[in-house]
Amino acid sequence: MNAFTAPEIPWSLLSPALIVLLAAVVGVLVEAFVPARVRRPVQVALGLAAPAAALIAVAALWSGVASDGGTAVVGGSIIVDGPTLVLQGTIALLALLSILVVADRTDTGEDAFAPSAAAVPSSDYEELARRRGLQQTEIYPLLLFAVGGMLIFPAAGDLLTLFVALEVLSLPLYLLTGMARRRRLLSQEAAMKYFLLGAFASAIMLFGIALLYGYSGSLRYSEIAEQALQVTGVDGLLLVGAVLVLTGLLFKVGAVPFHTWTPDVYQGAPTPITGFMAACTKVAAFGALLRLVYVVLPDLEWDLSIVLWTVAIATMVVGTVAALVQTDVKRILAYSSIAHAGFILTGIVALDESAIPAVLFYLLAYGAATIGAFGIVWLVRERSAGSGDEPGAVLGEATRLSQWAGLGRTNPLLAVTFALFLLSFAGIPLTAGFIGKFAVFSAAVEGGAWPLAVVGVLSSAAAAFFYVRIIVLMFFGGAGDGGADEVTGGTSPSVTDEPVEAPTPVGSTATATLVEKATATTTTVVGSEGFAVVAIAVCAVLTVVLGIVPSPVLDLIGDVAQLLP
Amino acid sequence: MSLTHYLVLATILFTIGATTVLLRRNAIIVFMGVELMLNATNLLLVTFSRIHGALTGQVLAFFVMVVAAAEVVVGLGIIVAIFRTRRSASVDDVNLLKS
Repeated sequence: MNAFTAPEIPWSLLSPALIVLLAAVVGVLVEAFVPARVRRPVQVALGLAAPAAALIAVAALWSGVASDGGTAVVGGSIIVDGPTLVLQGTIALLALLSILVVADRTDTGEDAFAPSAAAVPSSDYEELARRRGLQQTEIYPLLLFAVGGMLIFPAAGDLLTLFVALEVLSLPLYLLTGMARRRRLLSQEAAMKYFLLGAFASAIMLFGIALLYGYSGSLRYSEIAEQALQVTGVDGLLLVGAVLVLTGLLFKVGAVPFHTWTPDVYQGAPTPITGFMAACTKVAAFGALLRLVYVVLPDLEWDLSIVLWTVAIATMVVGTVAALVQTDVKRILAYSSIAHAGFILTGIVALDESAIPAVLFYLLAYGAATIGAFGIVWLVRERSAGSGDEPGAVLGEATRLSQWAGLGRTNPLLAVTFALFLLSFAGIPLTAGFIGKFAVFSAAVEGGAWPLAVVGVLSSAAAAFFYVRIIVLMFFGGAGDGGADEVTGGTSPSVTDEPVEAPTPVGSTATATLVEKATATTTTVVGSEGFAVVAIAVCAVLTVVLGIVPSPVLDLIGDVAQLLP
Repeated sequence: MSLTHYLVLATILFTIGATTVLLRRNAIIVFMGVELMLNATNLLLVTFSRIHGALTGQVLAFFVMVVAAAEVVVGLGIIVAIFRTRRSASVDDVNLLKS
């Protein structure tokens, strides 16, 4: 009988993820023991403090990792190296900004989440919960669990940790998707689609993990990479396993052909959660993809490059072309995020050392602009027609493009900020997006993947068209004039309003409760408690500063961008 | 019986599960398809573990079981919430979100 040897765990190196997960557990206890009145302030404080502390922990670890190049801890399950720290810092920063948006409430005290997510939409119980002012503060621990998973995901050094981190980050997101305060049917539908497809993708990835384990007899990245060099006669296992694991990760980043969930989920989820998902999940998943492709699979380059090239090109083209015909702001941003996934993949496929810092910088630039853009979408609301001088009640987000016409005249500052984020998405010089795209595409050229860079530049140019179209609409389109109608021509009768009648008990008629009231609403920018405005301002500053003086950040990232095998 | 038979069986079960996910309409059945895929993978892991004579695969199988249990909680929660709203668990009825 072997004696049990306790593993040696360097707690400090794991601190960013541990802090956030610990705060999430404390958040669950807060739900149980803190009285309802003070629960929200406590949860918000905890939710903001945890990512901030993780950010500080990353900063504290930085110099050590920068000098020794990183270490594999817990027997190689977690790898704390330069890219890990950069990604964890990015995720913590973006999570902090998203939680600011999530915590924001309108001046009437409404947040983005259903007063009681378990209540049937439009039921008496829901109405009662709304009138009593109930709030679902469980979202903060759920968010923190998701952030904890995201912090571990890019640091995973074996397939077991990769799988568990994937689930820890996904499961809370499935729930959060279904908790919108308005348009609850859409929100629940988005949650179901996300869940079923997400579970399917993770099952496929798990099968791939099993095949890789069967091939190499180990779950450790480094040992699989070693085995991949040998000729064993069962290369099929390795190749199929690698493709299946890549499938799981490509699903998470929303790459074509695994992208179909993205627009639906981004549209249906509560807008602050959409921002969080779009930014942080993408950073975490690309981090994991980067490590997998660069550490485990470089020996498969010849076999896999055709797959990855096809996926990258299809992602860029489909994301751009589909975005051109959308009429819903959240869907446009969703397709734009698909196109961005393609641009980032270009850098990853290049398999060039210079691509690592480029991808890391791109993720930061993209994440900042995304959270800011969705934060603004959250503030632009529909207002029902009031009676007499009384302004009507504030409804859900005004997501139809035509509703954004003329926003530049009524709210110039907000419109200019949104335009800034769109220009950053488009990759116009002097914004962070330009530097990111430039870095990624030049890395692709250096890595010999110049056709990808060409496709990337062409689709960027095409994408600029629909970003500029929104800007033109905001500043020069009049609300309801012919120009705006032409721009948004073919708006399908979208379901824009929350259900106002009780659902009839018979199956398919549930949709009938979603009444179309589009003509009776005006677009307004809602007043808020100010959290979202702070987050948007920080995102705008980041976008501009990273665009004008990127070199300090690029140098900082470049110094440590060495993946530990 | 050689261990290869278990691998073939696991692959067949996984394929049945994947087919179920892609073809069936009821969300609960679709979800059962996912569970079948996970359990097929467990069989694969345990068999590989036996072939390699190491325990890693069995440990991973335990993790998969725990994760699958957590997934059931979340998934059934979402499906039941939708069913209470719509009186239907068909994945074809949830079609409000379209471009």
